[in-house]
Amino acid sequence: MNGVHDMGGMQCMGPIHHEANEPVFHSPWEGRVYAINRALGTWHKWNLDAWRYDIELLPPPDYLRMSYYEKWLAALENRVVKYGMVTKEELASGKPTPGSARATPVFTVAMARVVEPRITSPSNDPSVAPLFQVGERVRARNINPVGHTRLPRYARGKAGKVVLDHGVFLFPDTNSRFLGEKRQHVYSVQFAARELWGEGASPKDSVHLDMWDDYLEHTGS
Amino acid sequence: MADDKTSVDRRGFLKYAATGTVAAAVPGSMQAQDHDHGHDHQVVPSDLALRTKALESLLVEKGLVDQAALDALIDTFENKVGPRNGAKVVARAWVDPNYKARLLADAASAIAEIGLGKSAVGDHTLVLENTPKVHNLVVCTLCSCYPWTVLGLPPVWYKSTAYRSRAVIDPRGVLREFGLQLDEDVEVRVWDSTAELRYFVLPERPAGSENLSEPQLAELVTRDAMVGVAKVSMPAGGAKA
Repeated sequence: MNGVHDMGGMQCMGPIHHEANEPVFHSPWEGRVYAINRALGTWHKWNLDAWRYDIELLPPPDYLRMSYYEKWLAALENRVVKYGMVTKEELASGKPTPGSARATPVFTVAMARVVEPRITSPSNDPSVAPLFQVGERVRARNINPVGHTRLPRYARGKAGKVVLDHGVFLFPDTNSRFLGEKRQHVYSVQFAARELWGEGASPKDSVHLDMWDDYLEHTGS
Repeated sequence: MADDKTSVDRRGFLKYAATGTVAAAVPGSMQAQDHDHGHDHQVVPSDLALRTKALESLLVEKGLVDQAALDALIDTFENKVGPRNGAKVVARAWVDPNYKARLLADAASAIAEIGLGKSAVGDHTLVLENTPKVHNLVVCTLCSCYPWTVLGLPPVWYKSTAYRSRAVIDPRGVLREFGLQLDEDVEVRVWDSTAELRYFVLPERPAGSENLSEPQLAELVTRDAMVGVAKVSMPAGGAKA
């Protein structure tokens, strides 16, 4: 989806505000929103790709206006209804429907003490062969998927070089919409800054993007 | 820009926080604190606190989340995870060439050696070595991907529209904004975290640090240096992340 979240290369977003000794959460509600998101994720009603897609689906003016955790909260309110965990009426009233069953939380204090990534992709699945080789020249496909994708606009149609094969991962474009895991290799592809941005960029510089097989094509050269 | 306005709100809040006036901040307290630096509020922060509270109590009543588990998770991120862990990794790599080689080849195992546990790192962490000739910079243009199991949750600037948009098209300008002017002959490599790989930077060891111990070296390493927007310098003032 060509959404506002795809920000690489946009200009006029203002200066970067660096804050010394920044707290982890700026206000208690931010911590609660973070924790609720993590805790509800353990119900496995959605996956990480679908989770990201929900935030991208916020209306563009809201996406730009809202703070980071406000986006998380707004997407969370949409998500709990969308996946049937809460009804619209319950969300509006703040009270469970009278007589509705009470669940038992999945996410426990013990789980909250363990730090581990939310990533569950296998990376060494030998049954999935790579379509590209390290050292090969490739081109990012010029595609404009209407759903979630991790192929940024600024790289589409550009040529680069495969520098690392990271192994096998789930394909976000399909996984985000529960259309299948479509396991495939992900590579680090190095693009010269001048290929991406033209002659104004430094001839020394480059940008590396992690690219799934389905985002790439052979250059034929 | 909208994000700038939000940052101003936050900075205003922090200014108050620093003076202790909201030391016991509770949901709802921000609204009052915000109101003496005049500008329009598109969203009053306390609304967010109330919405969050309403949603949390509904989810608790429905048995979908456990309040104590939420408390514990917040405690984990406020007190157990953070850039100090990454700094230990960097300091070890500076004093032990064999460790550095292992770190660059298999970051997960090497990071587990300093006591974080292998599960905390995952298989998909990569460490990028800065040298006098190569400077690495990490960004996530599409959202906010960050090596949080090693460095903690990302700072606001890393998630900002300004950084996400500009790091890939104007990395040298971004670095200048952080006070780092690189020579033209230094190669800048930007890493856009578009998949499940998580990157952090092994900065250069500062000149003059030869006599420092490993814990003293770790004290010098900032979060910003591990994202690639700063170098590590010897103490002479200067804020640490």
